[in-house]
Amino acid sequence: MTEESTALRVLSAGPGTTLQDGGRHGYLRYGITAAGPMDRLAHATANLSLGCPAQATAIEVSLGGIALTAEGAALTVAVAGGAFAVSLDGQELGPDVALTLEPGAVLGIRAGAGGSWCYLAVAGDLDVAPVLGSTATHIRSGMGGLEGRGLRAGDRIRVLARHLPLAPSRIDAPWLERAPDTIRVLPGPQADAFDPDQIDAFLAADWTISNRSDRMASYLDGPRLRHAAGHDIVSDGIVMGAIQVPGDGRPVVLMADRQPTGGYPKIATVIGPDLGRFAQGRPGTRLRFRAVTREEAVAARRDEAACLRGRPSLEPLVRTRFTSEFLLGLNLVDGICGPDDGL
Amino acid sequence: MSAPRPRFLDSGEAALVVEFGRIVDPVLNERVLALDAALREAAPVGLCECVPTYRSLMIHYDPLRIDRDALVAAVEAALERGQTEARAASVWTLPCCYDPGFGEDLDEAAARLGLSSQALARAHAQGDYRVYMYGFAPGFAYLGGLPEALAVPRRAAPRPPHPAGAILIGGGLCAVGTFPMPTGWYVVGRTPERFYAPERPEPFPIQPGDGLSFEAVDADAFRSLERRAAGGEVVARRRGT
Repeated sequence: MTEESTALRVLSAGPGTTLQDGGRHGYLRYGITAAGPMDRLAHATANLSLGCPAQATAIEVSLGGIALTAEGAALTVAVAGGAFAVSLDGQELGPDVALTLEPGAVLGIRAGAGGSWCYLAVAGDLDVAPVLGSTATHIRSGMGGLEGRGLRAGDRIRVLARHLPLAPSRIDAPWLERAPDTIRVLPGPQADAFDPDQIDAFLAADWTISNRSDRMASYLDGPRLRHAAGHDIVSDGIVMGAIQVPGDGRPVVLMADRQPTGGYPKIATVIGPDLGRFAQGRPGTRLRFRAVTREEAVAARRDEAACLRGRPSLEPLVRTRFTSEFLLGLNLVDGICGPDDGL
Repeated sequence: MSAPRPRFLDSGEAALVVEFGRIVDPVLNERVLALDAALREAAPVGLCECVPTYRSLMIHYDPLRIDRDALVAAVEAALERGQTEARAASVWTLPCCYDPGFGEDLDEAAARLGLSSQALARAHAQGDYRVYMYGFAPGFAYLGGLPEALAVPRRAAPRPPHPAGAILIGGGLCAVGTFPMPTGWYVVGRTPERFYAPERPEPFPIQPGDGLSFEAVDADAFRSLERRAAGGEVVARRRGT
């Protein structure tokens, strides 16, 4: 079953593609950023579709894409999030798929119709040493993942693989179809650093995600916001989704790799369930913010948790799209995967 | 004497900021740390982690396991308890080398302050410091207690990354930079102590609220202490509790 020598080999990887588990929690008080996935719903969906724990280590693929192969033995993988284009040995499979990668077969993932991040999960355990209990990569401090850096061509990640042969299948996860057009926020924690007309302006404006966007923060283009009395506050804590307004009046949404504390007023905070949706917005995406109550935010969180309660179902892909040579190379018999398989 | 009730601010639906004030002040910081200690001792179900800062405590929580009202009630109960308990703080003597090559920006900062480099180093080593909080980067410790004569403003543009263990001054504060990072502060010395050492049983020996003073060491002493620190030893000395 488990092969000592089974591994994922990276053939090519764009910048900013990293290993991420659910995040390095519990050390913010020592200045250590949690990191973790930009889109936690997509990350968890990829893992759960293979029967892995929701927070297991997976590869977060950036717009630069990645190509990989299996070494030693077959590996079953799932790709979810961001409508990325997935291909097996050059055959397009579409987004959100699970399949078994035979040794030597090449899995390609590149930016597709939309979205900024997708997740590649593996049936089994990626053999990556945790730092402070987590494998999440934080490139700025060189912590976690592979030597604290992004993946690159030649990297080999040993896998303690789980036997789960699977013909190419679509992951049924309708919750991943989310347009990043309206992002829900809770006002504060420093809403009182702005006059009411500035809060109104913030909520009324059309914002555009700028090119200055990465795992740490997304800058927004739009009107400049004015502070009521200065832009410096004595540093306090920063959550993922905090919308900070520095001296130039241009809001910045702080994301997974943010610093744990900071000294600019935060006009509002993106609610947890909308963080992944926001993260999937590419530079140039236009959006608005809508203020909601805490009750609405918690209800949205409950809905999000409900999506991940079971294992997403897998539906074999329509086979007429493939050539007969391609189909002959696949094991189609084992492809039907019930909800309890491999758990 | 009862302290004024803190403000409760939401930072989204999964983090509550308990704000004791808006300034850098040891009394406020002590209240933050007392609440932090009280909540660590008896953490309500659903509390994930707390982040103490100069003046506030950010409480990350799971709103599907504890609702905000119940969390506020738990905090208020903890505030009651916290006022009767003194938090045990340590006081550390931290070796620091101010020699040229260690205090990379000593001359530049001294020139801006109108002091000689030696006078800056001497004044810095005489300060009585308090660890207020960590932030910015792993093991980056913000210290209060910098002598007023050393209150140099921060640079307009950051300098290239400082070395690990850099002792920094800027904006009226002192800091210990554990991970090399670009900085707008001035590097006046370097400590061989590691504020973050993952292989030690206690990766972070120095806690917010601890007192700290510097002891000037020469380059040879620095290198020998650095070797011991690399072997896992805590080379800062703890004085009483």
